[in-house]
Amino acid sequence: MSWFKRSKKSLKATAPKKNMPDGLWQKCQYCGEILYIKELEKALWVCSKCGYHFMIGTDQYIEILCDSGTFEETHTGIRSVDPLEFKDVKKYSDRLKQSMSKTGREDAVITGFAKLSGRDVVIAIMDFSFMGGSMGSVVGEKIARAMNDATKYRRPLIIVSRSGGARMQESILSLMQMAKTAAMLAKMSEERIPYISVLTNPTTGGVTASYGSLGDVIIAEPRALIGFAGPRVIKQTIGQELPDGFQRSEFLLEHGMIDMICPRDGLRDRIGDLLEFFCVAVAATPSEADKNEGESSAVS
Amino acid sequence: MKANQFLDFEKPIIELEDKITELNRAAAVQNVPVDDEVKRLTEKARKLRSEIYSKLTAWQYVQLARHPLRPYTIDYIREISDDFVELRGDRAFADDPSIVGGLISIGDKRCMIIGHQKGRNTKENIHRNFGMPHPEGYRKALRLMKLAEKFRRPIVTLIDTPGAYPGIGAEERGQAEAIARNLREMAALRVPTVSVVIGEGGSGGALALGVSNRILMLEYSIYSVISPEGCAAILWQDPAKNRDAAEALHLTPKHLVSLGVVDRIVKEPEVGAHRDLSAMAAELKRAIYEELNYLGHVDEAALIESRREKYMKIGFFTEDSP
Ligand SMILES: [Zn+2]
Repeated sequence: MSWFKRSKKSLKATAPKKNMPDGLWQKCQYCGEILYIKELEKALWVCSKCGYHFMIGTDQYIEILCDSGTFEETHTGIRSVDPLEFKDVKKYSDRLKQSMSKTGREDAVITGFAKLSGRDVVIAIMDFSFMGGSMGSVVGEKIARAMNDATKYRRPLIIVSRSGGARMQESILSLMQMAKTAAMLAKMSEERIPYISVLTNPTTGGVTASYGSLGDVIIAEPRALIGFAGPRVIKQTIGQELPDGFQRSEFLLEHGMIDMICPRDGLRDRIGDLLEFFCVAVAATPSEADKNEGESSAVS
Repeated sequence: MKANQFLDFEKPIIELEDKITELNRAAAVQNVPVDDEVKRLTEKARKLRSEIYSKLTAWQYVQLARHPLRPYTIDYIREISDDFVELRGDRAFADDPSIVGGLISIGDKRCMIIGHQKGRNTKENIHRNFGMPHPEGYRKALRLMKLAEKFRRPIVTLIDTPGAYPGIGAEERGQAEAIARNLREMAALRVPTVSVVIGEGGSGGALALGVSNRILMLEYSIYSVISPEGCAAILWQDPAKNRDAAEALHLTPKHLVSLGVVDRIVKEPEVGAHRDLSAMAAELKRAIYEELNYLGHVDEAALIESRREKYMKIGFFTEDSP
């Protein structure tokens, strides 16, 4: 692969921004309530009046999901090389640079090892503020490597998805990341490594049509937009208004596409409970089962 | 053939060819010597063809891939064998006519063949939904693949779709899940799998039949993450920029081979598959047979492992040394 280069340059470490407007007050996009930001922060950016989940940053998901101070980032230093030298009204390479300096990230996902409710896990969190959380070669590679880590170290995998879909600027290579991640999930599944898919607002396109929809258990945040085609495209195609609540978490639950809707403040405990169930159940041989029984009684 | 179905850049070639046919007919009837004139025009047509087809733009590839006369899955199936038995239905909701599948012999190999199916006219297109599947189509395809796997038969898929259908029912019934499941399950199939893009490889709707050991493309087919029109509308915010988008998307077979996505290009008749179906079908059959023959010697574990490895390698990035 001629474009594959190794470089020693590393990205300047900039403090990730939280993508929230400055000021003391924030209006709820859903019900219009004016909320005090300090309270909102304490409530994990969930509206106290209507339960609307504000879009939050990757670091905030680390805080919400991982036991304090346990997150260790993996697979850093991987960046896009703009393999197609793509240019629309703007160069892809410029879009990348802008996203990097805006977010302090190298691409639209971070991966790492962490503990969740005391259990070792592998976690990947997508970043919507980096080119709409789109999946190109780097996102696909990092997700695949996280899956590989989960398999190798026999740790459950949690992926928090937020994405507009495949990244157009890498064309077919982006599409193929769907196949790449799904192929790794086939292996993980065979190895009986639990995978919890957490879908947050919004998750559409290629991510929904690959690992997003392939969790052993799929959890969605309340009222998140989740679908394959975007609502605007569907509206244009069929030439009629879309029903209320179409492609929202509640709609997906009703149609059997997800297991549950879980508000942010319950997410960590809920995933912890699920893993408790799966991690004991995967033991195959009697000796393994014995060992696991010993472990689980040691934990409890 | 209907002249209005030809593309603008095909028309001068067609006109010359018609003239040659006309001269030959006249010669046969009236016994007029036309040899020199025919020879001259034949040479002229040959030059014109190679001139036009040697420097096709990306947009012209798109036009050829979507040509109204381009052969579709069922056209190839009929040419490849007369023993095709269609199998229908996803056993859950419906039969989706935008994907057809069934049993077929390719030479001495008994296979499962599955492909997208477009319609030739408005009535057929309504029935086939312009080759844009609903979730049922992918689920039918997967059912047939699992059936083939159970009886250890290789699987051939023919890809030709503008993409998955963006509609309310498709979302309600889990379009994303259906595609995702196919990707994962195809990756783990224990039998040889060969996919051929025969026309339009449109995004997730195409990929849902395309995770295979070998990926082939016909010479004038395309494969892309989004249609040039869709890309132009989103990135340029100007649907008229579809030609620029087609170039930028690198959607031609040669590009896709150089990006490490496609394994082999199947040559088309000089002016495109639609001008000589039987020659195209024979070439396609030969290519598929060769691939199946080769994969037939690979053991089960290696089939799965090499297929996964193939996808694991796709992508370009830089990585800091540790
Ligand atoms: Zn509210």
